[in-house]
Amino acid sequence: MAEAWLFLAVSDTTPQLTWNLLADIAAIFQYQFMVNAYLAGTVVAIVAGAIGYFVVLRGSAFAAHALSHIGFAGATGAVVLGINPIFGLLAFTIGSGTAIGALGNRLRSRDVTIGIVLAWTLGLGVLFISLYTGYAQEAYALLFGEILGISVNEVMVTSVVAALALAALIAMYRPLLYSSVDQDLARAKGVPTLALSVAFMAVLALAVTDAVQVVGVLLIFALIVTPAAIAVRFTSRPSLAIATGVALALVFTWLGLAISYYSPHPVSFFITTLAFVTYLAVRLVQAAPSRRRTLSPT
Amino acid sequence: MSVGSAAVHATGLAARYGNRVVWSGCDLDIARGSFTAVLGPNGAGKSTLFKLLLGQLPPASGSLTVFGSRPRAGDPRIGYIPQTSTFDPDFSIRGRDFVGLGVDGYRWGVPLMGGIEKGHLVDDAVDVVDAGGYVDRAIGMLSGGEQQRLLLAHALVGRPELLLMDEPLSHLDVRNQGSIVNVIAKIVRDRGITVLLIAHDVNPLLPHIDNVLYIANGRTAVGAPSEIITSAKLSAIYSAPIDVLTDRLGRIFVTGLEEEAVHPHG
Repeated sequence: MAEAWLFLAVSDTTPQLTWNLLADIAAIFQYQFMVNAYLAGTVVAIVAGAIGYFVVLRGSAFAAHALSHIGFAGATGAVVLGINPIFGLLAFTIGSGTAIGALGNRLRSRDVTIGIVLAWTLGLGVLFISLYTGYAQEAYALLFGEILGISVNEVMVTSVVAALALAALIAMYRPLLYSSVDQDLARAKGVPTLALSVAFMAVLALAVTDAVQVVGVLLIFALIVTPAAIAVRFTSRPSLAIATGVALALVFTWLGLAISYYSPHPVSFFITTLAFVTYLAVRLVQAAPSRRRTLSPT
Repeated sequence: MSVGSAAVHATGLAARYGNRVVWSGCDLDIARGSFTAVLGPNGAGKSTLFKLLLGQLPPASGSLTVFGSRPRAGDPRIGYIPQTSTFDPDFSIRGRDFVGLGVDGYRWGVPLMGGIEKGHLVDDAVDVVDAGGYVDRAIGMLSGGEQQRLLLAHALVGRPELLLMDEPLSHLDVRNQGSIVNVIAKIVRDRGITVLLIAHDVNPLLPHIDNVLYIANGRTAVGAPSEIITSAKLSAIYSAPIDVLTDRLGRIFVTGLEEEAVHPHG
C-alpha cells in the first residue's frame, strides 16, 4: 500500500475532467495504482455479485455482515503480528463462517449468537489497533476500504481467493440453489444440506475477505447484498438474477472508481452511494402502481 | 400380499423422535398404486413416519421397507411435499425453475446439457397439475393453491413411484382443497403412483382413498376408511370413548376428544 499513499501525499490536486471521454478514461489508467484498483475491483465485483444472489435467497445477509466484522479482528491481529492483514481476514472469516454454517438455518437464536460474537470480535479488533502503534491508516483501510492503495501482489492474492470462491460456487451451484430454495425438499432428494450450509459460509468468507479490500468491513453490504437484492426485483430466473447482480456490482465498482479519480472523496462513498441510489430508484419505480405489472418478476 | 409387491411394508415398526418413542407396534402393507390418508392429532408422529420412509430417521425397532428395500435418503422413487411449504411474497424464484430443481437439483455443478429433455419433463409435470398459466411467474407471487400445485409438479417431475404429502391441504380453502385432491386422485389412477397424504380432515379425501392410516396415542391402525373411522376402533386407539358421526352428505365428524372437538376431523 505504501506506493499509493506516497502518490496521494504528493498529488494535492485532483485531476480535472475534460470534454473528451476517451481521454478522461485513458487518464485514469495512466497510473499503476488505478490499474490495480480496477483489476481488484473487477474480480471482487464478479464474486460479490454472484454470491450475493445466494445470500439474498438464503436470507443470510446478517451473516455476511457479521463475517466482515469478525474478519476485522483477524485483520488487525495480523497487522500486530506483522502479517499481511488479508491472511488474518481469511483465517477469521473462514473460521467463523464454517461455525455459523454448522449452526444450520434452523437454529432460531442464530442471529443473536452471531451478534454477540461479532460485538466481541470488534472489541478484539480495537485492542489490536491500540497494540499496534504504526499507521492508523491500516485500521481505516480495513473499516472503510482502500482499494486505491492495493498493490500488484495484493491483486494477485485477491484474484486467487476470488477464483477459489467462484470455482466452489460453480461446483455446488445446483444443490446450493436447491437447499437455498427449500431445505426439506433438497434433503429428501439426498442433498447434504448441512454440509452445503458450512461450505457456503466458507465460500462467503472468501468473498467477504475479497470485498473488504474494496469497500471495507463496514460497507460490505453495498457489494454483496445490494446488487443481488436489486437483481431479484427484476427477474426470478436464477441464472439471469446472478448475471444481473454481477453486472450491477461491476457497474457500481467501475463507476465509483472513475468518479473518485476525478474527485477528492473516497471510492467507498461513491460505490455505496451508487448501490443505494440504484436500489432506492428501483424500489420507488416498482412501488408506483402504474408500473407494478411491467416490473414485477416474471 | 408379499413384501416384494407392496409399496410400503412394516412389521412391528416403532418410531423414536429424540428420546421419546412416538409410536410402536405398527404393521403396514400399503399396496402399489393405492391412496392412503394419514390421520391423527398434532404431534402423534405422522410426519415422523414420513421421515422414516425418507430414510432421514432410522426405525427405533421393527422393520420397514419401501418397494422391498430399506429406506434411503435421496431415493429417486419417492416424491415429497414437506409440511407448511409456502413461499414468501418476495421469494423470487420462477415456478419453472423451482419445478426443474426436482429434475437435477441434487446434481453437482452447473447444468451443461440436457436442457431440452429437462424442459420436457418440467412441461409434462406442469401439465399434469394444470399450472401452465403461471409457471413462468415468481412462485412467491402465487396463491396458496397455485404454490401447492407447483410443489406437486416438483414432486412429480422426478417420476416418483411413491408420493409423500405432508398436509398439502391445510392452508387451502375448500374449493382449492377439492381441486388439488382431484389432481392427486387422477395421478394415482393414471400413473399408478402410491400416495400417502397427511391430512386433518378426511372428508375431502373420502371419495378417493383406499386406506386410512390412523396414528394416535402411540399406536397405529390401518385399513379401509369404513373399518378405521368407527366409534369402536377410535375408542380403542385412544383408550377413551370416541363418537364418529356421519351427516346426511356422508361427511364424518369425530367427537369425544377435547383438543379435537372444535373442528371436523376424521
